[in-house]
Amino acid sequence: MLSRVADSVYWMARYIERAENVARYVDVSLQMALDTPGGIRQQWHSLVAAAGDEKLFVEKYGEVAPVEQEARDAILHFLTFDSSYPNSIFSCVTKARENARAVRGNLPLEAWEHLNKFYHLLTSVDARKRAAESAHVFFSEIRQASYLFEGIVESTMSRGEEWHFLKLGRYLERANQTSRILDVKYFVLLPDPADVGSVVDDLLWAALLHSVSGYEMFRRRHGRILPESVVDFLVLDREFPRAILFCLLRAEESLLAISGTPLGSFRNPAEKRLSRLRATLAYSNVEDIVAKGLHEYLDHLQNGLNQIGEGIFESFFTLDAAAMGQSQQQ
Amino acid sequence: MKLGTYNPEVFYDELFESVGKPRPLASVLVRNLESMPDGELIRRQQAAEKALFDLGITFNVYNNQSGLERIFPFDVLPRMIEAMEWDFIERGLKQRIRALNLFLDDIYHDQRIVKDGIVPKELILSATGYRKACRGLNPPWGIWCHITGTDLVKDGDGKLFVLEDNIRCPSGVSYVIGNRQVMKRAFPQIFGAMNPRPVEDYPSRLLDMLQFLGPRSDNPPSVALLTPGIHNSAYFEHSFLAQQMGIELVTGNDLAVRDGYLYMRTTRGFKRVDVLYRRIDDDFLDPEVFRPDSMLGVPGLMDVYRNGRVAIANAPGTGVADDKVVYAYVPKIIEYYLGEEILLPNVDTYMCWVPEERDYVLKHMEELVIKTANDSGGYGVLIGPHSTQAVLKQWAERIQDNPRNFIAQKTLSLSRAPVIVGNSCEGRHVDLRPFALYGKDIYVMPGGLTRVALKKGSLVVNSSQGGGSKDTWVLSGGLVT
Repeated sequence: MLSRVADSVYWMARYIERAENVARYVDVSLQMALDTPGGIRQQWHSLVAAAGDEKLFVEKYGEVAPVEQEARDAILHFLTFDSSYPNSIFSCVTKARENARAVRGNLPLEAWEHLNKFYHLLTSVDARKRAAESAHVFFSEIRQASYLFEGIVESTMSRGEEWHFLKLGRYLERANQTSRILDVKYFVLLPDPADVGSVVDDLLWAALLHSVSGYEMFRRRHGRILPESVVDFLVLDREFPRAILFCLLRAEESLLAISGTPLGSFRNPAEKRLSRLRATLAYSNVEDIVAKGLHEYLDHLQNGLNQIGEGIFESFFTLDAAAMGQSQQQ
Repeated sequence: MKLGTYNPEVFYDELFESVGKPRPLASVLVRNLESMPDGELIRRQQAAEKALFDLGITFNVYNNQSGLERIFPFDVLPRMIEAMEWDFIERGLKQRIRALNLFLDDIYHDQRIVKDGIVPKELILSATGYRKACRGLNPPWGIWCHITGTDLVKDGDGKLFVLEDNIRCPSGVSYVIGNRQVMKRAFPQIFGAMNPRPVEDYPSRLLDMLQFLGPRSDNPPSVALLTPGIHNSAYFEHSFLAQQMGIELVTGNDLAVRDGYLYMRTTRGFKRVDVLYRRIDDDFLDPEVFRPDSMLGVPGLMDVYRNGRVAIANAPGTGVADDKVVYAYVPKIIEYYLGEEILLPNVDTYMCWVPEERDYVLKHMEELVIKTANDSGGYGVLIGPHSTQAVLKQWAERIQDNPRNFIAQKTLSLSRAPVIVGNSCEGRHVDLRPFALYGKDIYVMPGGLTRVALKKGSLVVNSSQGGGSKDTWVLSGGLVT
């Protein structure tokens, strides 16, 4: 397939996944705020931090307003509709659609048609009103729009290169997003590492699991909510589809399928880096993570994910760097 | 919906003979529409618009940052053409295309038509579409104009004329197919009763024609469609056609010339391209030969083409025949190459470079339509009767400065067809752009794009100027009553 098409398909999938994840954090944080004494201001702060863009927020909106409602409106607008913020849901879906438009001939017609509707969901005249008044319904719709896109792709797209690039983008982005939410929320929930093992607030940990739609699956696997078990589940689980190791396994399958490289070997920098990172996780247990420190561990992991992204660009999207356009930004 | 009071006024109406009286070809349609409960037609119109919007059958509007895209306005009342009339149109188009192709081949070789004194040499050399770089080129099978989108109009008496030949990169065929799909959903019963000739096989025929041009005879040739990119107003059409044909949609950056061949950049290295269906203008094809600042084309492409290692459709250089002054010579061109009389006439055209004709034009500007020789898309057109003294004066100066660049035509009272406006129907001016493919032989798609000037009284049908479209039904056989 064309390098440019591979590039666009990969980024389209990443942006849809990213939009879905932002919708998840916003929705769950809204609900957590109702149960927390610090209210919205405490929750939302970490929310902006999860996206890694606290500084940008402060530049645009100033410090979070002391009035609950104002703070809520500003943060909601920033993360959902702000077209000048590159990781807002609106920006992500717009970029996903632009990428899809550039390759619409390579996508099933229904996938394009749906992505178009997804975009119109955010641009319709009453979108902002609905987000403010019935946030849970609105953000559920966004999440479901992403599910539906994935469903259309899974049930109508041939398992060729396009599909593998799409899957690669989706799972690398998902691994990245799960690691960020865990990094930020863990810090909020458990500021002092010495507290590991002590009694924690079930409610807030449950909310973290809800934000990745993993509450029920976690319960079936681990039962009691303990911080280590949550880390184990979100990082090292091989069966839960939003766990980081699960994502890396799927991404690796697709990356190797693209070039026909057998498992256990590599032919390019992207394959080398991804298989290494996957192996690091596959041969770790939660004690290793705690020993290293969760934050350091996740930092290292995100770094690894970035390098894999660069490797994919070098290996597939550019044949002669001088002639190709710019790579898309993370 | 009641059509009993629909008034065609003084115009030739495609569907109605007189107030409330449909032409025979439209009687089944009108009967069906009248039997619909109130509001039903509007509901179907809205459903059709929604379907087009969801499908993203939209076009980009230049100089419009915010909207970026709109649906091409669509009216669900079809325009209809009888089988006999269509047969005549088809013969007329084939005649024109065959002659224009011979003209192009001659112009870039011996220029017999110039030597024989039929077309003046300076006219050819001064045409902006004339490409010196194409002299002596031999495109596969001697075909230059592979895809044509001729603009036809009818005057107040219902007589057909050719307005433009459009043999560079005509667009609009995707709307014909999209409109048809939407109409089948909106009016399944009427559709079944009228049984218009199908248009949906166009992409297959286009692919057959493109593959026919391939320089290699072994494998099916590799075909790609070259687009300027997603910001082009016809991008939807480019991606639609590539998808329907199952070929790669490429931009200039995806292509490279290496070792004398054209390649595209893929995730598995460079892959050869044998046939390029280009949807960018000649000027941008190859910065080494044409405009050096072009970022849309491929450096070295023309060398590959010259050596017969890639076919390009339409061939570079066809623009010379789109020059509106050359257009005025088409009757003579047909006579010269085919020895036939023209079937589909031109609109009478005054050439401003001829002093007597220029004097006439300058004295009668407020009655004429004045056009620049090389614009398209409804740009570079002055409609005298709808203009102001100040604008006329400005155009008069422009004509005197550069008479070669202007022609003038009588203002035709274009035919009309009913469109839905609110809860009733009103007449609007229409034209017709049928599409033809020139490969092994010439194929003319039955029907084509009917464009509508949606602004009341307007004569400009272009999508960039507030135009819309209708489905065009060429009826299969004898009259249906």
